[in-house]
Amino acid sequence: MTQTYELGGAATPPMVNGELVFEAPWQGRAFGIARGLAERGVYAWDDFRAALIEQIGAFDRGIDAGRLDSAVPTPQFHYYDHFLRALESILIARGVIAQGDLVDRVHAFEGRPEGHDHAHRHEHDHHHHDH
Amino acid sequence: MTEEQNPAAIRAEAIESLLIEKGLITAAAIDEVVERYNERIGPLNGARVVARAWRDATFKRALLSDATAAVAPFEFEGGQTEKLVVVENTPKVHNVVVCTLCSCYPWAMLGLPPRWYKDPAYRSRIVREPRRVLAEFGMQLEPDVEVRVWDSSAEVRYLVLPQAPDDATRVSEEELVARVTRDAMIGVERVA
Repeated sequence: MTQTYELGGAATPPMVNGELVFEAPWQGRAFGIARGLAERGVYAWDDFRAALIEQIGAFDRGIDAGRLDSAVPTPQFHYYDHFLRALESILIARGVIAQGDLVDRVHAFEGRPEGHDHAHRHEHDHHHHDH
Repeated sequence: MTEEQNPAAIRAEAIESLLIEKGLITAAAIDEVVERYNERIGPLNGARVVARAWRDATFKRALLSDATAAVAPFEFEGGQTEKLVVVENTPKVHNVVVCTLCSCYPWAMLGLPPRWYKDPAYRSRIVREPRRVLAEFGMQLEPDVEVRVWDSSAEVRYLVLPQAPDDATRVSEEELVARVTRDAMIGVERVA
């Protein structure tokens, strides 16, 4: 996964109209779920957008504006982490899925053989929200 | 770490499996959305509109006065549910688009936004110091060029009509389409 912010790198894209917008398959799945549920009327897209603004806003407020200047590195921003949090929050707030069911399912998936090495890490994965 | 070990990947998969169990969505439906946005809805749509405007003055006037109506005949997939506003670059005015709050973007015209468009640095800096950010994208603007920054919202999505290349009326519309980049329609690049 590419995780560094490079405005300069983005400044010289190849002259093609069709760069991949998802950096990992799960990001595409999260987008497909969020958009698909809106298309099916589970929620209005604007309501999802409001949840996304809330998630991103919390990150933005955590940034001291001065730190965006000059050579100070920008704190890492992972758009689809916020996107996924927004999806979780609207689904739980609307009672579409229960928080307990989600926690149980995450634990069950973490318990699979290929995921055994990080069973307790997910609670700490969003440390960049701290501010 | 592998895709399977990524905590976010696991959470996304957990959400997907619960929703499928509840019959709210299917894996095939999710695939369809991703494929639609990844492969069939993209900057080519916007490029067709721009190239048409460069070659057809009547269409260009219509586009600048009511873009939502002007692009309707193209019947782009996904539609344009929000109001579309097209802003024209001229030798004296340069337009650039941002969404300061999240990632609002004219999907039907450009597909999904690039990573940098969603980044806090772009979202805040393009408003505060647009000339400097544009310079980082390789666009040096003359001091007498006015820069206008358009903040997208839930209701209004902006698309930049770049300045036409000198040979716009001498080459085919298809050739023009191929030269219009996504970044030019966001306003961070010129069309060569």
